Amino acid sequence: MGNKQTTFTAQQLDAYQDCTYFTRKEILRLFYRYRDLAPQLVPLDYTNHPDVTLPYELIGSMPELKDNPFRQRIAEVFSEDGQGNMTLDDFLDMFSVLSEMAPRDLKAYYAFKIYDFNNDDFICKSDLEKTLNKLTRNELTEDEVRMVCEKVIDEADLDNDGRLSLEDFQHMIVQAPEFLSTFHIRI
Amino acid sequence: SIVDDIPQRRTNRRGAAGRGGANGRNRGKKTVDDDEDATNRKRKGGNAKTPTRRGGGGGGSDEDESEDEAPRRKRGGAAVKKKGGRAKDSSEEDSDVKKGKKLKNRGKEEDGNKGKKANTKGNNKDKDKDKDKDKDKDKDKEKRRKKKDESSSDSDSEADEEESMSEGEMARLMEEVEEKKKLVATIRNKPWRMKRRLTHLKEAQQFVDTFEGALGKGKGRKWYAYKVMMTKKWIKFQRDFDNFKTACIPWERKIKEVESHFGSSVASYFIFLRWMYGMNLVLFGLTFGLVVIPEVLMGLPYGSVPRKTVPRAEQATAQDYSVLMDFNGYCKYSVLFYGFYNNQRTIGFLKFRLPLSYLLVGIGTFGYSLMVVIRTMAKNADVGGGDGEEGEFTFAWKMFTSWDYLIGNPETADNKYASITTSFKESIVDEQENQKDENIHLRRFLRVLANVLITCSLGGSGYLIYFVVKRSQEFATRNDLSWYEKNELEIIMSLLGLVCPPLFETIAELEDYHPRIALKWQLGRIFALFLGNLYTFLFALFDEVNTKLEEEQAIKNASIWAMKEYYANYSLLINNTEATPPPMDPADVIRGPCWETAVGIEFVKLTVSDIQVSYLTILIGDFARAVIVRFLNYCWCWDLEAGFPSYAEFDISGNVLGLVFNQGMIWMGAFYAPGLIGINVLRLLSSMYYQCWAVMATNVPHERVFKASKSNNFYMGLLLLILFLSLLPVVYTIMTLPPSFDCGPFSGKAKMFDVIMETIDLDLPAFMGTLFSYAANPGLIIPAVLLMVLAIYYLNSVSEAYQKSNMELKKKMQMARDEEKNRRNNTDSTNQVMKDLEDLLPNQSLASTAPPPETEKTTPTETKPNKTNPGSAGKGVRLQRDVALASANPHTRVLVSQPLGPRGPRTSAAAAAGAGRGHGYGGGPH
Repeated sequence: MGNKQTTFTAQQLDAYQDCTYFTRKEILRLFYRYRDLAPQLVPLDYTNHPDVTLPYELIGSMPELKDNPFRQRIAEVFSEDGQGNMTLDDFLDMFSVLSEMAPRDLKAYYAFKIYDFNNDDFICKSDLEKTLNKLTRNELTEDEVRMVCEKVIDEADLDNDGRLSLEDFQHMIVQAPEFLSTFHIRI
Repeated sequence: SIVDDIPQRRTNRRGAAGRGGANGRNRGKKTVDDDEDATNRKRKGGNAKTPTRRGGGGGGSDEDESEDEAPRRKRGGAAVKKKGGRAKDSSEEDSDVKKGKKLKNRGKEEDGNKGKKANTKGNNKDKDKDKDKDKDKDKDKEKRRKKKDESSSDSDSEADEEESMSEGEMARLMEEVEEKKKLVATIRNKPWRMKRRLTHLKEAQQFVDTFEGALGKGKGRKWYAYKVMMTKKWIKFQRDFDNFKTACIPWERKIKEVESHFGSSVASYFIFLRWMYGMNLVLFGLTFGLVVIPEVLMGLPYGSVPRKTVPRAEQATAQDYSVLMDFNGYCKYSVLFYGFYNNQRTIGFLKFRLPLSYLLVGIGTFGYSLMVVIRTMAKNADVGGGDGEEGEFTFAWKMFTSWDYLIGNPETADNKYASITTSFKESIVDEQENQKDENIHLRRFLRVLANVLITCSLGGSGYLIYFVVKRSQEFATRNDLSWYEKNELEIIMSLLGLVCPPLFETIAELEDYHPRIALKWQLGRIFALFLGNLYTFLFALFDEVNTKLEEEQAIKNASIWAMKEYYANYSLLINNTEATPPPMDPADVIRGPCWETAVGIEFVKLTVSDIQVSYLTILIGDFARAVIVRFLNYCWCWDLEAGFPSYAEFDISGNVLGLVFNQGMIWMGAFYAPGLIGINVLRLLSSMYYQCWAVMATNVPHERVFKASKSNNFYMGLLLLILFLSLLPVVYTIMTLPPSFDCGPFSGKAKMFDVIMETIDLDLPAFMGTLFSYAANPGLIIPAVLLMVLAIYYLNSVSEAYQKSNMELKKKMQMARDEEKNRRNNTDSTNQVMKDLEDLLPNQSLASTAPPPETEKTTPTETKPNKTNPGSAGKGVRLQRDVALASANPHTRVLVSQPLGPRGPRTSAAAAAGAGRGHGYGGGPH
């Protein structure tokens, strides 16, 4: 009981509520999920902003993520250091964006970052190949992979530069009927 | 639009700060700081900013300033003068103090309060921050805020003094508070790091806290929070409800599993099977609820009347297994068949009108099936009858939205991987088919040849069936039959069903269609084959019925004669005409052939043999084959798995048609054998599990996994055809053939539908009878039919028109897309023009746009997602502005920005988004 009171101050909770799509309860639950990953590292008291970072190995082993082929990318995108090591803020951020309430634009933005493996702000052919191979576990032949990637570029690349910019990606993804329901982690 | 504005303003500020150096504090700070500063200052309005800028920047063509200028001008000269006095930051504070002294108590109080508030908050924040840098920042902010507070209270007090200014100022403040509130509400939508968001949030909240009280607006937030909470709850409810709904769909997981391994085409069969099961369940409910169960509960028991008793001659063998398997003996005289039902008008204490109910259920079965099939077809057509085409982004969507991030279980993940791979393969097949170029003449020739061959084999099998039916009629009169001769018809039909489909498939190889289209052809051909079978079978049946009807006439007389004889003998024996003779034992009464039951038995037999054959085929053709291939492979000369026998593929066409054809028999037979639907429900149920198991255990996916057309309307169309075809003979028999005289619910009537007339006459009030007689008048029916034909014609033409416009729209969309693509390509060239222009401009301007490269790098990723409409707006606008900044003369800016105009709606949308800038432009040239 007492723990709940001292983990965050009321202002902190309010601020987190304003900054994420979570309720107070959910934030606390997420905190405990975070803490359960490494109870020895994460203090119970967060009122004075301890500087705690959990390594990717711990984050990636969460049941919500461990079967996801893009788990490493997700962690990298949402972590401040880009290596997948996450602070509580990053952690909340991640699940907030992936929550049900997050709007399409925000989700599209982060989806773009996740699929942009080499962080060059464009999804190029190599990114597409990586994505495809992760999705199909390398079961397609090289020809097929090449063809699919070409088709994707062909379909979505509006400015004909041979790669997908964020705008191309958003333009394509806002029309996808399933994007909102699939780019979503329930926690 | 406010949200969109902020980053843009930031860039404005950057430009101004970098060039003019008006605000020393800003220089060299992070974008975060810059941003805040920009937004804050922006919000604060002219009071604090303008003099500063005037002093330092020398009044360049800064956009911020021009923006501010417009409202100030409105305010009138007095205010400007007053502000003009304050030239520098420091002097501003001084003057504030002075003014504060001058002011009335109210203004002062407010001022103090706010200052305190800001202070305490600032302190809090200080505590919160853990890094020195942040602390510095906070201090800065604190200072600035104080200043702001002062200046705003200053404006408040000014408002007290001067009405002309207060209105504008208040409106402005309110607007800003609203803006901040919006920021607070939407801060979670920004793709920023949490830390940054927290900082901004605090800023905004403090601002709102400080000024909301002054403006008396505190309810909005609560209301908003309430709304958010309700949306969340609503979404949760919807989700739960959806989950519940999905949980209610039977076998969804099973089918999904099959789909993920075998593709949507195989899954479409199972979906069809499930749909069929649902429909049959309703039919089952109707028949059993309204006919069978009332008869069992309230009807006369077995052995009470002749039609419910096994005749004396058959009693010895009535329980033999072989007899029962032929649905003779006790089976024949059971509730499963037509003949068992009595023709009492009402049964039981409820006065249940069984004959009427029997007839209505028989007709209702068809009515319901028709309705359901047609409705499903219409609904599917609505979903989009497109044959697999999904619009422009098939592959892109597959690539980016097919992984379900919710998956948190390795097995599901495995299935998902399989299904994604399958669906990619499906689409690849489609795509390859699109790209295929072919020798059209050879292809055509082969297709014609294939059709000729198949027509020949269809004709041959039709003749064979006809021949066999003839023979079986011959056999029917004889008694010394071998097992083969007895079952010749069924055997031949089953054999044809086994041999022909693979034959057709082999021939269809010649045609080389896309697998989806090939499947449709295959379905159509086998359907024709089955149809031939069905109809020859039916004609044979009608022959039988006609002979039975003739026979019946004779037996009827004999039966009546025997009855009379029995009574005569009795009275003769007893020699007492007064005594009533005991009724004849029901087993001894001479029976008619009861053609209805015979027909019913025929259908039940056919159905059962169909079930046996299909199950055995699976067991032998698939399972045994799989076992052999799997285990003999260890000790065989060649690779069985990869080589000749291999594993079986799932036969979609055969299974679908089996299902359709089977359903046709159910519809035809259900009237004469109410139990048939029960058998069918059991069959479908077991089939579901059995085939799901079989397909997962023994089959391999098709070589070319192809996507089923989205709607299985082709299946439905076949079903509708079969339904119509099976409707005809049943209605014909009901309307024209006389029912048997001694069995079934309609015995003793001239026609089956007389039972309706009887009900109308006896049970309904008299006027209903006249009403019906009017309704049955040809004078009324013919116009009604005409009207319906007209309606059909009208609806048909309307739907055609819709289809046309649909096509037109599709074309237009395609054109629009191409156009957009072209335009995008052209932006590059416009950009090129812009670059040339930039080159022409003085060097100094280029240098001034260049300085903050590191911030430039971060901004594009942050600005873009805020746009509600994706597009090149961000880029274009920035470029535009850079050029604008570069030119010293505001007139050139207008000129430069003009060529960008015709680039279409995106530019104008961007302009609308930056509403603040709008009036800036207007004010510039003056």
